[in-house]
Amino acid sequence: MTQAELSELVKRSEFTPVAGLSAEDCVTLYYYMQLTRTFEMRLASFYRQGKMVGGVYLGTGNEATSVGATYTLEDRDILAPTHRDIGAHFVKGESLRAMALQLLGRAEGPTGGKDNGLHQGNKEINTLGMISHLGAMISVAAGAALASKIKKSGQVAIHFIGDGTSSIGDFHEGLNFASVMELPVVYIIENNQYAYSTPNSKQYACDWIAQRAHGFDMPGIVVDGTDVVEMYRVTKWAVERARRGEGPALIESQTMRMRGHSEHDSADYVPQKVMEKWEDKDPIDILKNYLRDWGVLTDVTREQIDEQIESEVEKAFEYALDAPVPEGPEAANGVYAR
Amino acid sequence: MAEITYIQAISEGLREEMQRDESVFLLGEDIGNYGGAFKVTKGFVEEFGEERVIDTPLAESAIFGMSIGAALQDMRPVAEMQFSDFVSTGFNQLVNNAAKIHYRWGAAVPMTVRMPTGGGVHGGPFHSQNTEAWFFHVPGLKLVAPSNPYDAKGLIKAAIRDKNPVLYFEHKYLYRREKQELSGDDFLVEIGKGRVAREGEDLTVLTYGSMVPTSLEAASHLESRIDVEVIDLRSLMPLDMELIIGSIKKTNKALIVHEDIKTGGIGAELSARITEEAFEWLDGPIRRVASIDTPVPFAPSLEEYFMPNPDKIAAGIQQLWDY
Repeated sequence: MTQAELSELVKRSEFTPVAGLSAEDCVTLYYYMQLTRTFEMRLASFYRQGKMVGGVYLGTGNEATSVGATYTLEDRDILAPTHRDIGAHFVKGESLRAMALQLLGRAEGPTGGKDNGLHQGNKEINTLGMISHLGAMISVAAGAALASKIKKSGQVAIHFIGDGTSSIGDFHEGLNFASVMELPVVYIIENNQYAYSTPNSKQYACDWIAQRAHGFDMPGIVVDGTDVVEMYRVTKWAVERARRGEGPALIESQTMRMRGHSEHDSADYVPQKVMEKWEDKDPIDILKNYLRDWGVLTDVTREQIDEQIESEVEKAFEYALDAPVPEGPEAANGVYAR
Repeated sequence: MAEITYIQAISEGLREEMQRDESVFLLGEDIGNYGGAFKVTKGFVEEFGEERVIDTPLAESAIFGMSIGAALQDMRPVAEMQFSDFVSTGFNQLVNNAAKIHYRWGAAVPMTVRMPTGGGVHGGPFHSQNTEAWFFHVPGLKLVAPSNPYDAKGLIKAAIRDKNPVLYFEHKYLYRREKQELSGDDFLVEIGKGRVAREGEDLTVLTYGSMVPTSLEAASHLESRIDVEVIDLRSLMPLDMELIIGSIKKTNKALIVHEDIKTGGIGAELSARITEEAFEWLDGPIRRVASIDTPVPFAPSLEEYFMPNPDKIAAGIQQLWDY
C-alpha cells in the first residue's frame, strides 16, 4: 500500500506524535511489520509444501527491530541488512515481487537465481547484499559510510548484526575502524538470544553486547527490540548523530527468534518457558495495542489493511511462481563486470 | 625522457590516476605520513590530503571490507597490503565477498589491491611469499604481475580503471633493480594481454614477475646454442591464451618458470591448458622450473637453494632442448 492510501485510513483527531512519529508513520510501521509477517508465513507454508529450493530463514520476532530501525533512513542512505531483515528490505523500497522472485530463485529476480535467501543488493535503493560469512559486512557498511564521508554526501549507513556475529574477529576490526574514522554508520545487533542452537550464555560472557561499545569509544545502547516505537526512537537518535558527523553507535535490540534457525529446525533446544515469555512480547501485538490505545486505527480499519496485505502478498507470489527459472547456461555469465 | 625505477613507475601511475579521478583513494597501513613501508606513497598525503590517503588500523579484513563498501558507492579504492603475505588475514573479504558480488547481484566492485610480493630479499617465511595461486582459483578476481616499469605503470592504471577487483602483484626484488625510460604520456597496459619479452624459435619460456628478467638472463647465456622465446604473461587472470598457444605452435616446446612453489602453482594450470589446446604441437614434455615445496626460508644460502635463478632456468631449458 502507498503512504497516501494508508494515510486515508488514519484517525488523527487527538494524536500527539510519539518519538517524532506521526499517526501516519505509526500506521505505516504497522503496514510493514504485518507485511513482513504475512510474507514470511507464506514462505513457511511454501517450505512445507516443497515449493522452496534450499533453506528458509525467517525473522519472526524481529519485525519491530528491522522495520523500526530502517524507517529512520532517507532514500539516499545505505542499508546493509542481514538474513532476518525482509522488513528492512521492504522499508528501503524493495518490491514484493522482486523479493518473491529472489526467494524462489527465478530468472527475473535480483540475483537471477545466482544466489539465495536475502543475499541481494540493489544499487537503486542502496542496499548492500550480505554474504553468509557473518561479520564480513560490518566493515563493508563502514566502507560505504567512508565513501559518504569522503564525498561529503551526508548519507548514513545502518547495518544489522546478529548476536553470534559479535563473536567473530571482523566485529572488532569493523567497529574499531568505524570509530577511529568517526564514520556515519549505525550498527544494530539483533540479539535474538540464539545463534542457530547456541544460547547467549555460550556466546559471550558480558551482560550486554552493547557494553563493548565502550571499548570502541562509541555509544552502546540496549533497547527493547519488540517495541517498534522504542526501536525507532533510539535508532533515529543514532542516525541523526551520525549524520552530524559525530561517529558510529552500537545499538543492541533485545528480541527473540520465534522460529528455528531455518524452517527445518524445530528449535526444541529452546526451553518452553522461554518461548512462552517471548510470545507475550509479540512485536506486532504490541504495536496493535498502541494503535488501539492511541485511537489511531480501529480494529476494523486495521483488518482492512491486513486484507490488503494478504492480497498484495498473494499477487507477488502468484507472479513469481509462474515466472521462469534461469536457463542452465546462464550459470556461465556475469563473473566479471564489463 | 627520464629513466625511472619499477617502484617509481607504480607511484607515478597511482599519482596520475588520483589526479585524473577524484573517486580514487588509497588505504593501507603506514601509507600516509610515513609514505608506506616501501615509500610508494611518499608525498601523497601532502598532495591529496588525509581523506584520500588513509592510514588504517592494523586490520586487513577491514581494509578489504572498507574497500568493497566504498567501491559499491562508486569510489575506486586502492588498498595496500604492506606485504602480500598478510593478505591471508583478509582472505575471506577477497574470495567470498569482492570476487562474488558481481556474479551474485550485478554490482561492480572496482577495487585494486597492491600486493608487494616475493622473495630474494631475505624476508623469511612471512615477508617473501608468492600468493598469486591462492587467488588464481577464485572466479571474479583479476590478477596482474608486472615485470618492468612500463608494465608496472600501465597495469596499475588499468587496474584502477577496471570495474572488477584486481590484485596487483608488485615484486619487491624488482622495485629498485628494474629501470626504464618512460614517456610522460597517459598509457595503459591492457589486462589480459601478455607480451613477447624475447623472440625466439626453438623453445618457449612462459613466465611472469621477477622471473622475467631472470629468464631473459638465462636465455642470453644460451643464445649461441638455443634460440629461446620468453613470454611475459603480465596478466595471470585472465591468461592471454592466444599469445601462449601461438608461441607453443611456433617452438613446440614449453618451459614454465615461476618463483612461486611448484605444486598447485599457476604453471600447473598453464601446463594443463597447453595440453588441452595444443598437445599435437608439442614435441617434448611441458616442464616447470619453480621454487621447492617448502615455506620460504630466511638464511640467504637456504633461500638461494629454494628459488629459481638463471643457472637453474638455463639447466631447465637445456634439458628440455635435449629431450
